[in-house]
Amino acid sequence: MTGAAILADLGERFGGAIVETHDAHGDHTAVVNRDTLEALLRHCRDAPALAFDMLTDLTAVDYLKYPGREDGPRFEVVYHLYSLRHHHRLRVKVRVEEDDAVVPTAVPLWPIANWLEREVWDMFGVRFDGHPDLRRLLMYEEFVGHPLRKDYPVHRRQPLIGPQI
Amino acid sequence: MGLGGFFTSKLDTAIGWARKYSIFQYPFVTACCGMEYMATACSHYDIDRFGAGLPRFSPRQADVLFVVGTISHKMAPVLKRVYDQMTEPKWVVAFGVCTCTGGFYDNYATVQGIDTIIPVDVYIPGCPPRPESVIDGLMKLQDKIATGVQRF
Repeated sequence: MTGAAILADLGERFGGAIVETHDAHGDHTAVVNRDTLEALLRHCRDAPALAFDMLTDLTAVDYLKYPGREDGPRFEVVYHLYSLRHHHRLRVKVRVEEDDAVVPTAVPLWPIANWLEREVWDMFGVRFDGHPDLRRLLMYEEFVGHPLRKDYPVHRRQPLIGPQI
Repeated sequence: MGLGGFFTSKLDTAIGWARKYSIFQYPFVTACCGMEYMATACSHYDIDRFGAGLPRFSPRQADVLFVVGTISHKMAPVLKRVYDQMTEPKWVVAFGVCTCTGGFYDNYATVQGIDTIIPVDVYIPGCPPRPESVIDGLMKLQDKIATGVQRF
């Protein structure tokens, strides 16, 4: 399927739950409501015409103080899907507010989401509801804060870990 | 100076001379500086001329800890453990600017200089340091070993 056809199919099925679509630089993107995200991802994986059997990436973007986005939700969680059967791609985004930064987990759909979601939690502080083991992935337990947030101070020093001198 | 002091200082000199030419290094290589370390260690620059040609890959057999490359916060406990496992006498060389000060990794993940974790004897700056700087640092370390108080 072409990207436009995929977006049309999703629009037909999920209608008002899709906030926005675009195809900037040929990458077809659907921005969806958080409530519909799980159903939409499941449909993308299971519908034979779509068959997105691979989650190539899951990451987040912090739009704090982003020109033109000052009032909007602060975070965007981004899913990049790929179909090994049909060789087509789709990008799905979901917007979340800072004080309610929770997204339903995609681990039951694609097991690789386990580590990717842990990374997003570690770096951005977005929680994933239903994740089996939401610990930090890259940083250590004692680390305070989420370093890829735009308001994380560049020069903040964390306490050293490990055996004390 | 009494006869005892004379013998002690002569013994110190002899031991210092022996020690400075039998450096067994432990290369703690974590990043790109490792390539420059290898270039220095190989035949073109040949640190075997300085008696430092035999790296030991066990800290218990090494005298000099070469910390080569960026040390992240997660690596810091490992480095400390390796340092603690080395037997006296031991020396530490900070190889490259990352180990000296953190270098341009002025961020949340990198230790800002390994001297925040372990004592350092010689700093070799550079990103990465030229083999000439490494050999210069090695010779400074040799001077330090030779002129220091020898404990045995």
